Amino acid sequence: MATDVSRIHVETTINGEPVEFLCEGHDTLLMALRDAVGLTGTKEGCSTGDCGACSVMLDGRLVPSCLVLAPEAQGRAVTTIEGIAKDGKLHPLQQQFLQHAALQCGICTPGFIVAAKALLDVNSNPTESEARYWLAGNLCRCTGYDKIIRAVLDAAAETQKVTV
Amino acid sequence: MSAIRYEAPTSISEAIRLMQADPAATVMAGGTDLLVQCRAGVKRPSAFIDIKRIADVMSVAIGPDGLRLGAAVCAAELSENRELRQLWPGIADAASLIGSTQIQGRGSIGGNLCNASPAADTPCSLIVNRAECLIAGPAGERRVPVEQFIVSPGKTVLGPGEFLVAVHVPLPRASTSDAYLRLTPRSEMDIAVVGSAVSLTLDAHGVCSDARVALAAVAPTPLLVPDAANALIGSRLDDAAMTRAADAASAAAHPIDDKRGTIAYRRQIAGVLTRRAAAIACRRVKGGY
Amino acid sequence: MSTRHHFEYVGTRPIRHDGVDKVTGRAAFGADFSLPGMLYGAVVRSPHAHARIVSIDTSAAEAVPGVKAIVTGRDIPKTNKKVWLGGEGALDLGDMGDNALAHEKVLYDGHAIAAVAASTLEAAREAARLVRIEYDVLEPAMTLERALAADAPILHPEMTTGGKPIPGATGPTNIAARMEIKRGDVDAGFAEADVIVEHEFRTPMVHQGYIEPHATVARVGADGRIIVWTTTQGPFLVRDACAGILHLDAANVRVVPSEIGGGFGGKIPVYLEPLAIVLSQKSGRPVKMVMDRSDVFRATGPTSGCHIVMKMGAKRDGTLVAASASMWYEAGAYKGSPYGAAAMCALACYNVPNFFVEAYDVVVNKPKVAAYRAPGSPMSTLATESLMDELARRLEMDPIELRLKNAVATGDHAPYGPKYGPIGLRQVLEAVREHPHWSAPLGPNQGRGVACGFWFNGGMNSSATVSLDSDGSATVVTGNPDIGGTRAAQAMMVSEELGIPVERVRPVVGDTDTAGYTDLSAGSRVCYATGMAVIRAAEDVREQLRLRAAKIWKIEPDQVVWEGGQARSLVAGDDKQPLSVSAIAATLAKTGGPIVGRASLNAPMAGPAFAAHICDLELDRETGCSKIVRYTAIQDAGKAVHPSYVEGQMQGGAAQGIGWALNEEYIFNAKGTMENPGFLDYRMPVASDLPMIDTVIVEVANPSHPYGVRGVGEVPIVPPLAAVANAMRSVTGIRFGQMPMSPPRVLAETTTRREEPAVAMSS
Repeated sequence: MATDVSRIHVETTINGEPVEFLCEGHDTLLMALRDAVGLTGTKEGCSTGDCGACSVMLDGRLVPSCLVLAPEAQGRAVTTIEGIAKDGKLHPLQQQFLQHAALQCGICTPGFIVAAKALLDVNSNPTESEARYWLAGNLCRCTGYDKIIRAVLDAAAETQKVTV
Repeated sequence: MSAIRYEAPTSISEAIRLMQADPAATVMAGGTDLLVQCRAGVKRPSAFIDIKRIADVMSVAIGPDGLRLGAAVCAAELSENRELRQLWPGIADAASLIGSTQIQGRGSIGGNLCNASPAADTPCSLIVNRAECLIAGPAGERRVPVEQFIVSPGKTVLGPGEFLVAVHVPLPRASTSDAYLRLTPRSEMDIAVVGSAVSLTLDAHGVCSDARVALAAVAPTPLLVPDAANALIGSRLDDAAMTRAADAASAAAHPIDDKRGTIAYRRQIAGVLTRRAAAIACRRVKGGY
Repeated sequence: MSTRHHFEYVGTRPIRHDGVDKVTGRAAFGADFSLPGMLYGAVVRSPHAHARIVSIDTSAAEAVPGVKAIVTGRDIPKTNKKVWLGGEGALDLGDMGDNALAHEKVLYDGHAIAAVAASTLEAAREAARLVRIEYDVLEPAMTLERALAADAPILHPEMTTGGKPIPGATGPTNIAARMEIKRGDVDAGFAEADVIVEHEFRTPMVHQGYIEPHATVARVGADGRIIVWTTTQGPFLVRDACAGILHLDAANVRVVPSEIGGGFGGKIPVYLEPLAIVLSQKSGRPVKMVMDRSDVFRATGPTSGCHIVMKMGAKRDGTLVAASASMWYEAGAYKGSPYGAAAMCALACYNVPNFFVEAYDVVVNKPKVAAYRAPGSPMSTLATESLMDELARRLEMDPIELRLKNAVATGDHAPYGPKYGPIGLRQVLEAVREHPHWSAPLGPNQGRGVACGFWFNGGMNSSATVSLDSDGSATVVTGNPDIGGTRAAQAMMVSEELGIPVERVRPVVGDTDTAGYTDLSAGSRVCYATGMAVIRAAEDVREQLRLRAAKIWKIEPDQVVWEGGQARSLVAGDDKQPLSVSAIAATLAKTGGPIVGRASLNAPMAGPAFAAHICDLELDRETGCSKIVRYTAIQDAGKAVHPSYVEGQMQGGAAQGIGWALNEEYIFNAKGTMENPGFLDYRMPVASDLPMIDTVIVEVANPSHPYGVRGVGEVPIVPPLAAVANAMRSVTGIRFGQMPMSPPRVLAETTTRREEPAVAMSS
């Protein structure tokens, strides 16, 4: 049943660095990141786009990488959890997650941080409700979301102080 | 999923050629329905024809003619368009309700239409705005009103080699606005149990001179409900008229029982949402939204 | 033992040691692990809820290029071994093995029948699709009613009812066991009651909902040594269970736990591990297996759906006089629901002089249930706390006053026998009464509910070692996967005992070769029992440091005390400076060698935990949709080692309970197939469904623990079902017995029923 399909060579940018990988036409970006590129920070929770654990940014837009095909990364810019900290320095979101104890098992944390970064990129001063609705696509089963939302709002306040 | 090719044409004609060369290939926009179905073994295409590299399919243009919305424009981009939100707030409502922020970064109106789920959110908001589907194929381009595009669950009027390129929405008349509401058990992330789209036009005296009502998830396809619209036309959208419209919506609904809702529940909610959507549309007209 | 009350590190909120790894994506969870030459495994699962396996033909599957091994039940002979978990009961490995790979029958939709290992995941899945199985399909028993009917389809023909079967019940049965607890004379008690309330309750099967699917890599070496990397709550249990199921010598099995992406009890049993081991044995290569989300729902261990009929009676002044309950709990395909714990917890908050509670363990054609956070208690507490709410209404008493009037305190007898030591239920209830939430005004279409709850908490076995480094830092090693921040707590305990900063302690989760035997990360026991071992191991280090100081100073050991993190000489007139840990550590090599402290213990039964939750709910009366608008969780933690993580347990458990009350349920069709095995239609709460969850930590020290710690992880899920149901009662006037209170159910009930009086059975 194997068809004669040659693998696709993808040239993309991941976390600001040029990266190449080979993939099949039906491979997802999630699989390519984890298996071909070795960036296992992005997680698989459901493969149907319902849990947010696979969240990455594609050309700055928040997407579920389990529903993006790997070849689509050609010529695009991908941001994963591994690219949130810059030059070894944690992003305020990561700092606030640690301060607030906004993680317990930690499996949803990469997805939340990428999603929250995408939020702050378009809305630097979200209300609690805006944060909750933006992050509704990220499931957490451990925390009840309370400390996560507090961490996101405090990170927003912190980044506002710096930029204003 | 096994052994599916990936193609990324950069023009409409190239896409049509690829489809004709391989009838088992499928067009892909955001993939939020398609990839889930492939993984579940429900669809087994031989190739994905990713249309997101075709400029005409990815653009949003608003002019004297109305809105030309590329079929693969993602829902997030649509909701971010301020002019679009002002002219067709109901369409923006529907687009912003399609799943999570992540899904909205991928899912498109085109995909929503072509997936042809009875519960799809955007077809109803397009239908009440008299939108048309722009279809490209081997025989050229053709237009089909949105309410005729979906034939049955999962099936559209698209023929071999054809794909949805854009949706055209005429400019609304003066004093016209719309709204879309849906009911979900949770605040987000659910498929609509019922959806209701209402478009209203008020005349200078505050009397409703035109209305369209369409329901989602209460029939095999999006349901245009002329009776509900007629209950509103000629009225001042007073309580009695709203109740008649709600009752007409409930009466027209012929849903099924499934894991998301019962027949009785869906009928009841069809009425409740129609009344509420009409009220919002009315507020928008009056408030000059 | 005397309880310590002054702390320097315990009670603070340091950053957890594994925190940076987890916020940067570096931490390695089960599926993040790979080995060179690894094969990928896929599982063949039954589409039928109940069937006899007539034949299995793997020939087409074997022919798929890349396939290296296929296993079926033939490869795993049945066993009748058990693994004992101390106070948590025994796990029947015969059942667990048959569950991992069916032998004669398949007993639920998703039951594993075969597994394939191949060079790529696609090839493995392709081959799995090609395994041909002939079934003799049988009628499934999908509900308690059907399973208990006279003509019920019987799952296990040899099954007899254990415990206290009803006398005279003979013949094939689906009742695996029955138990009773009783006190006094329940009929006489009800005869004395001025008010009696009764109701029926039904809760559905629900899943723990951890976001990380099960994942395992197994490697069998040419020397027969087996290593299993897996996401689990209990590496030692995985070792012993796999050894038992596969007839292996446990000494040859090493289990290395990955970081764990949630468990809540659901990652106690083994599912993939035995399959990966056998596939690796057969193929000679390492094998990786990861479940997809649909398999997690269909084929791991949700918790029981149940049916409870309960009755309570009180005197006019609110004193409870009698209670009776019958409870039927779904075990799933094999015996072992939490029916016993459910019965024991139901009345654990109150002094009831006369009661009779019976509970049944019933098998049905659904996945075998596993533990889910205080197993059994949330459902039976739903019944009790709903009836207490009704009693308060009938008696026109404040709900907190009614509960305080009957609340258990130190020295009272638990319904399951022993006397309570110091407990904090009264303090928790008083904290409810004083909390601003309790007296805040409600808005339109809003209702308020309160409920309390209980969980025993576990003790069991733990080991710990604490090693001192020459720079004065320390490493603590235990065998407990860190689910909710226990590494941080363990480091804090070492800090407290040795007087060194928390950042200078390295908490490590070992594996079955590197850590001393330790029971599961479950039962709310890690901070309590493993914590106790950590404290004792640190004390051992401290004692060795004290002796080492004596040696350094060349004085008698009884002339040295340890105070304020330092060794001090008691010799009169001595001008010796006290020695800190670092100072002594720097001399270790010259003064006698390394210092390693150790402890292993079987912790006494941990202090029970009590909690009370207040829930405000707003209802959209036209649609039946509801929203939680305010929520407060109050709980006795004994001593909160790291308050942020204690708060986190309270908030997380509350959220799970809210989901259980409002939207979560397994939906099966008539054929027994699960219709919603995904996060789209299995509706767990999302961020926009919940408000901030306020928490209050009450501390009534548990005398069994040197710091007073009580387990905190499980009791938070016990009150929410009733708290939400009581809020719904408050806003609708209707007592809901059926969970979840999803919008269609709420609308149907509110449109057909008017406000009902509290169900009255007598004057």
